[in-house]
Amino acid sequence: MATSAQAEDKAKNAKSPSSSEVSDSQSAIPKPRVDLPAEKLMEMYRQMLLIRRFEERCAQQYQMGKIKGFCHLYIGQEAVGVGTVAALGEKDYIFQTYRDHGQALIRGCSSREVMAELFGKATGCSKGKGGSMHMFKVSHGMMGGNGIVGGHVPLATGVGWKLMYNKEKAVAVCFMGEAAMNQGVFHESLNMASLWNLPVIYIVENNLYGMGTAVHRASAEPELHLRTPGAYRIRGVKVDGMDVLEMYAAIDEARTIAIEEGRPTFINAVCYRYRGHSMSDPAKTYRTKDEVSQWQLRDPMKRLEAQYPDLFPEEKVEALEKEIKEEVMDAIKFAEDSPFPNDREIWSDVYIDYPGYIGPDGEFR
Amino acid sequence: MAEMTFREALGLALAQEMERDDQIFLMGEEVAQYQGAYKVSQGLLEKFGEKRVVDAPITEAGFVGLGIGAAHVGMRPVIEVMTFNFAILALDQIINNAAKLRQMSGGQIEVPMVLRGPGGAGGSLGSQHSQSLEQQYVHIPGIKVVMPSTPDNAKALLKAAIRDPDPVIFIESEKLYNSRGEVNEDPDYVLPIGKANVHKEGTDVTIITWSRMLTHVVEPAVEILEGEFGVSCEIIDCWSLSPLDFETLTNSVKKTGRCVVVEESWPKASVGAWIASEMYARCFDYLDAEIARVYQKDVPLSYAFNLEEISLPRPVDVVEAVKQVSYIS
Repeated sequence: MATSAQAEDKAKNAKSPSSSEVSDSQSAIPKPRVDLPAEKLMEMYRQMLLIRRFEERCAQQYQMGKIKGFCHLYIGQEAVGVGTVAALGEKDYIFQTYRDHGQALIRGCSSREVMAELFGKATGCSKGKGGSMHMFKVSHGMMGGNGIVGGHVPLATGVGWKLMYNKEKAVAVCFMGEAAMNQGVFHESLNMASLWNLPVIYIVENNLYGMGTAVHRASAEPELHLRTPGAYRIRGVKVDGMDVLEMYAAIDEARTIAIEEGRPTFINAVCYRYRGHSMSDPAKTYRTKDEVSQWQLRDPMKRLEAQYPDLFPEEKVEALEKEIKEEVMDAIKFAEDSPFPNDREIWSDVYIDYPGYIGPDGEFR
Repeated sequence: MAEMTFREALGLALAQEMERDDQIFLMGEEVAQYQGAYKVSQGLLEKFGEKRVVDAPITEAGFVGLGIGAAHVGMRPVIEVMTFNFAILALDQIINNAAKLRQMSGGQIEVPMVLRGPGGAGGSLGSQHSQSLEQQYVHIPGIKVVMPSTPDNAKALLKAAIRDPDPVIFIESEKLYNSRGEVNEDPDYVLPIGKANVHKEGTDVTIITWSRMLTHVVEPAVEILEGEFGVSCEIIDCWSLSPLDFETLTNSVKKTGRCVVVEESWPKASVGAWIASEMYARCFDYLDAEIARVYQKDVPLSYAFNLEEISLPRPVDVVEAVKQVSYIS
């Protein structure tokens, strides 16, 4: 019995996604796809490191009870967010999932604002009303984290509609997890985006598991980028989501196509989350330790370091670590010291003007 | 003033508003080439072109969500659902996005979208196409709900809905589309959202209602009540159900001391139940009788003509309810 169970496990593992899916081998460092100025590379590296350290502190603060509710960490997936945002223009829009701290940190929000939001404080980027899953910075086109799997895909499509309608030279970028592809609105949205030539880039952050369900157990076509060309005539591109420059290059290309031809692109960014789905998930039942450590060998920061050894000497990285630690600790202190929203705030930001609620002038109606 | 149908009045409101603001577009199933499943958008495609009058695939969650997305970056979409029975498919978009984006973002986002289309019983359409689902939306903080009753207020309230910075659910009774009436054609004529209208003054009993019930059920009943029983009825027409103008309702019930609530929908957890509960709380010391409610029988609507007729509220039900609160046997 034991042997047959083991054989079955082995068969399952063979089917399950592995680190070899995207890149040829871990030992060979892929050549950078694009040639970016050193300053930009440094900035992308700094952003990835900031997200990593910030999220580690989030986990700590969560365990201390400072952050409550659902909390989904971005650790491991940094290259997807950073590579994408680095390729965007100021007038572009981004939409996130509930795993949204990372993009918030690099698109308009300070560390202080994100941490304060996590602490539920009035100084947070959503005034403490959104929390971990709902970070917004509309002035920077950061249109927020959405808590319903796939629920924001039509919103991004609607922004694409506006860009097309007003002939604006910008794009809407919609991040989603791979599980969102099985929702009806995903298909409804891509169909419309293709029909009407909307400048939208749909990015699946394919971290291989929707909560604990592996891609091949949820999607009849596990090669996700193959699903969009046939059904919607939308270009489907598979990208190594552990490589920030691969991401940058793919988004840069998709953005040009969106702006010049008005065509949407679908990106299957294969990546890996090192932590559980959320803080309550120890991630032990559906994947192996070995699988996690295999993926960690392809860590996006390590890769960038290896690709540009001259750019990242040890002392430089150490100095950066120190600077980021200070920034994150300052954010925690700021969040700690900030006030909770005033009780009156419960009645504001619901309607513009409505009996029983507070209007934009701060007065009760 | 000009006489026109309810549907023509709605079409006029759309045309006037689209003329005024080029960020308004109309999207929905069959709104363009087909000229509207219920002909509300007749002529708009010719006038405004296919970019502003847009035929959507049958994909309610998709195009309602697209409308919310366009609205929350500054456009003014009017999204038509062929009927509100189909808006159920878009409820996640309405409840989780339209209603919540302002609050979740701490006030950074507005969703000035109108979601409109026919609701209520249409006449022998069977249970899936004959539902009054306004309570679904009234229940949700963050959205407004408007239900017009005459061509004139349909036009003026639709314009108000389009100009409103919050998402507005605008439910048009399917059976009212052919009703005729005088309409103020002035492009600047707009009625306020959040007000109830004292449709007819009276002294003995207050009848609170909205949408089709006003003209099809309450008015014929009042004719009988005043003619045969000498009961003077005050009729309140709730133009908008959210916000609901409790001040007007309360003033009337305090004056008459008797209250009947008439709605087309089912009785459980309904708008009528909420109104009755509020009237008890706000007017308890003024009431001379228990509040009576008239509503649709608590079953899915049948196709069979006789069963449909007795399921829906009828004038005779209102007559009985008013007699009951007036202690007339």
